[in-house]
Amino acid sequence: MEKKQRKKVKNPMSETESNDLDDISCLFFQKGIMGLFLLISIFSLLLRVAVSLHSYSGAGTPPKFGDFEAQRHWMEITTNLPIKDWYFNTTNNDLSYWGLDYPPLTAYQSYFHGLFLKHFDPNSVSLFTSRGYETHFGKLLMRWTVLSSDLLIFFPAVLYFVLVYYGGNRSGGNKSDVAWHIAVILINPCLILTDHGHFQYNCISLGLTLGAVAAVLSQKDLLACVLFCLSLNHKQMSAYYAPAFFSHLFGSCLRRKNPPLEVLKLGLTVLGTFAIVWWPFLHSRDAFSVVLSRLAPFERGIYEDYVANFWCCTSVLIKWKRLFTTNSLRFLSLVATILTFLPSMIQQIWSPSSKGFLYGLLNSSLAFYLFSFQVHEKSILLPLLPATLLAMELPGVLSMLLMHSALLSMFPLLCRDKMAVPYMALYMLSILLYLAPCGKQHIKRHLSRSMITFSIVISYLCSLVLHIIYLTIRPPEKYPFLFEAMIMNFCFSHFLAFTVYTNAKQWMLSRQSTSRDKEKKLN
Amino acid sequence: MEDQRKPEKNKTSTTSNLLWFFGVSTCVKLLLIPSYHSTDFEVHRNWLAITHSLPLDQWYIDKTSPWTLDYPPFFAYFEYIISFFAHLVDPKIVDLEKGLDYKAESVVLFQRLSVIVCDFVLLYGVYRLSKNFSMGFKERVLMWVLVVWSPGLVIVDHMHFQYNGFLLGLLMMSISYLMEGRDLMGGFIFAVLLCFKHLFAVAAPVYFVYLLRHYCWKGFVKGFWRISVLGAVVVAVFAAAYGPFVYLGQMQQVISRMFPFGRGLCHAYWAPNFWVFYIILDKGLAFLLKKLGLNIPVPAASFTGGLVGDSSPFAILPQVTPLTTFIMVLLALSPCLIKVWKNPQPRSVARWIAYAYMCGFLFGWHVHEKASLHFVIPLAIVAGNSLEDARHYFLLSIVSCYSLFPLLYEAQEYPIKVLLLLLHSVLMWQSFSALFTTDATAKAVVSAKKTDRQVGLKGSSSDVVEKGGFHIGWIGRCYLFGLLAVEIWGQFLHPYLLGDKLPFVPLLLISIYCALEIMYSWIWQLRQIMVST
Repeated sequence: MEKKQRKKVKNPMSETESNDLDDISCLFFQKGIMGLFLLISIFSLLLRVAVSLHSYSGAGTPPKFGDFEAQRHWMEITTNLPIKDWYFNTTNNDLSYWGLDYPPLTAYQSYFHGLFLKHFDPNSVSLFTSRGYETHFGKLLMRWTVLSSDLLIFFPAVLYFVLVYYGGNRSGGNKSDVAWHIAVILINPCLILTDHGHFQYNCISLGLTLGAVAAVLSQKDLLACVLFCLSLNHKQMSAYYAPAFFSHLFGSCLRRKNPPLEVLKLGLTVLGTFAIVWWPFLHSRDAFSVVLSRLAPFERGIYEDYVANFWCCTSVLIKWKRLFTTNSLRFLSLVATILTFLPSMIQQIWSPSSKGFLYGLLNSSLAFYLFSFQVHEKSILLPLLPATLLAMELPGVLSMLLMHSALLSMFPLLCRDKMAVPYMALYMLSILLYLAPCGKQHIKRHLSRSMITFSIVISYLCSLVLHIIYLTIRPPEKYPFLFEAMIMNFCFSHFLAFTVYTNAKQWMLSRQSTSRDKEKKLN
Repeated sequence: MEDQRKPEKNKTSTTSNLLWFFGVSTCVKLLLIPSYHSTDFEVHRNWLAITHSLPLDQWYIDKTSPWTLDYPPFFAYFEYIISFFAHLVDPKIVDLEKGLDYKAESVVLFQRLSVIVCDFVLLYGVYRLSKNFSMGFKERVLMWVLVVWSPGLVIVDHMHFQYNGFLLGLLMMSISYLMEGRDLMGGFIFAVLLCFKHLFAVAAPVYFVYLLRHYCWKGFVKGFWRISVLGAVVVAVFAAAYGPFVYLGQMQQVISRMFPFGRGLCHAYWAPNFWVFYIILDKGLAFLLKKLGLNIPVPAASFTGGLVGDSSPFAILPQVTPLTTFIMVLLALSPCLIKVWKNPQPRSVARWIAYAYMCGFLFGWHVHEKASLHFVIPLAIVAGNSLEDARHYFLLSIVSCYSLFPLLYEAQEYPIKVLLLLLHSVLMWQSFSALFTTDATAKAVVSAKKTDRQVGLKGSSSDVVEKGGFHIGWIGRCYLFGLLAVEIWGQFLHPYLLGDKLPFVPLLLISIYCALEIMYSWIWQLRQIMVST
């Protein structure tokens, strides 16, 4: 229903556009969605491999190194120790040195990747002696584990989503729009830089989430539950999406024939999936609670390093850490987060819809990013995923601005990893992507009012100045993190404005749909 | 009013679209900065150091590093200019002694960026071609895809490290002037190009005949005037390049540096050309005769070793000298030259020049596999002209890119080169299909559109497949599968089954297999040139 309307709006647009723009896209996009996907996925895979040539977090910085070493260490632990010792502090497993603090699915994934490493380079995962193992070949093997996970999980999930989103009619739809949408999802510079540069496996948890989203859109609720539980069990951060999944599935269950039965089915699926994943740790209560406590690092502060969220940015004025105890901060952040995602949840229970679900994902993950406890700068990836899924809905300029603020918010981190060059290359590529012949029409449509154009130009100028300042000027001795704070406040203001906008947008949806329902009744 | 505005708008959109293509490729090139680079990287660094720290009279004499200056003077001047920027970035880059094998981040970044920036010359060449040449919009975009996103250029320039994009940009500029009919300018730029890299001289006979016939053959007085103008321009260019060295009395030295004939017929890795078959035939004959009981002396020099001395490496067949190869190249070129003389038309210039480089590649002395770019890039200009051209280019381009694979032998770059080739093939496949299906059935679509858009599109596309849009035929398909088999054998099965035994077989297979297609392509091009009117 919604899609049909969108198409109707678009067709006259594309016909009035100059012919050559159409020509460019039809030169490449002659084949159906599969052809488009093949082309774009090869290109984005090439980008990922090229980024993986660069440095990773903590390269050559003993004694703790960085995320790369953490992942390698988990492979070392999981391949050498019995499963019951993985999360426990033993003589063979020193939890203070990058102890495993992700849910079991990450541990299993580390185990399989560890086997792969062991086969080709046994030294890289030998117990104790492999700490800080940094060889060219070892790095290559590690990079290939991320690449293969990306290719096997994230890419198929994107294909599934696109096929569902654009419906069964493969020849229909404006092909250049489809291509652009695929490119925006696959060529997400933040995701590429974090996974293939900094070194993490976000592609797995995000890919599973994306699969769940596609399953929800195609009304396969049970499959969605399984996939989302797997995602949760890979990285607990996926809980950022939980309110949206819960509210949408709950809301649509309420509208079916037998609500309690439907809810029960979903609940059992969730429990079953969790039980299977947690099976090795369910034999005693002790084991279970130890693993659980590893996953919730409440003893750490309310934020780490510099994050563009509420707590970090307002701490310039209000010293949260000094004013409150960790306990009360935990409560405070919980309340703030719930208050922020509650409106979008209510909307989805009230009138669940596919588009509303995507907005709900965006709003709840933004709420968590902005207000929850212990947020990393990399967590911006979670709101970015639904934002790219909504690329055809959101005004082009806004999604471009969001992407680039997110990139800027990761800039200090990536500079520390010595990844300024790939950062700049992907930043440029991302701008080009939004200015691509097919994306350009999308952006121009919303640049009609000069006020908007003006504010966007100002924002980009500020961002450029911040980049230059951060790269060239040394901060004053008294405030060594002055520029980080400036960057984070700049990004925070954008994220906050964006949150308000998308929440409003989500609520407008339900108004639209109710008015449409009324029209139908009248007809 | 509208009619006046239309071309203006078209022009700006052409420029911005081309810039977009170039921007995307620049991003990929930036990402490839830390990838593997060959000794050519150190060669160019050493040239920076030589030109920066030594006076002109020492440039072609210095022997501090084994990588002596062996390009013509314009390239030396070019290095001299960028060495100033290098000095600003990091003085150690241009230090003759301390800079030897310098591998710091600064020098990698600087040299890589210098190649990326120099690619603007290629961009300008392509821009000139697409601005003036009366191509359809799709053909123009196709050319951008083939040239600006050329995987071969990325592999050779931005990974292996060379400045081919810049030099080929000059060649494209020269071709664009010739196609416009501005022969003098075209000749001038070609002369400049020759003074940058003398390997481009293979096309000089074509230029000579074409310019003589098309530019100078205009009656006695006008012709004489034009020939003297052209001669003066070329002499001036060469004087600017070589004048200082003539003055210093170093011409002998410069020439001996530029033409090191002591290097042997084939490079360490055999470029896929005619001589591969020649060597194989020799080995086969020797083996056969030995089986028959004849006493064949084993040649002292081997081919797989790389450098070859004076002794003949052939057991049976006669030895090949540089003169032989020279004569063979000229012989191969002669049909084309006759054609040029008979009917010099600007629109075929790119084809002829590409053919000349093809001949040089097939029969030349000590040919590098990288030289295949010299004909693949100019051929991109005419690739969209007809279905046959497209089919031929599709295979040739894949094979030429594949023959570059041995340049990057490390595991780290393996996925990159494979993905580059895959991307290129898919892009070519899709754009060629689009180009030739829509052309053939444009009328059918228009009539079908009126009735029902969806049904019409579906029907027409299936029609086209039946009528034969873009396809490469079963021979082409089998050949590509064979290519895949060669790659799988060389990369995976050979090391797995045979271990370290016969280490040269995978490379040998690649050379022979690619040489097949290159030979076919040469014959095809020759036929095409002879048939065309």
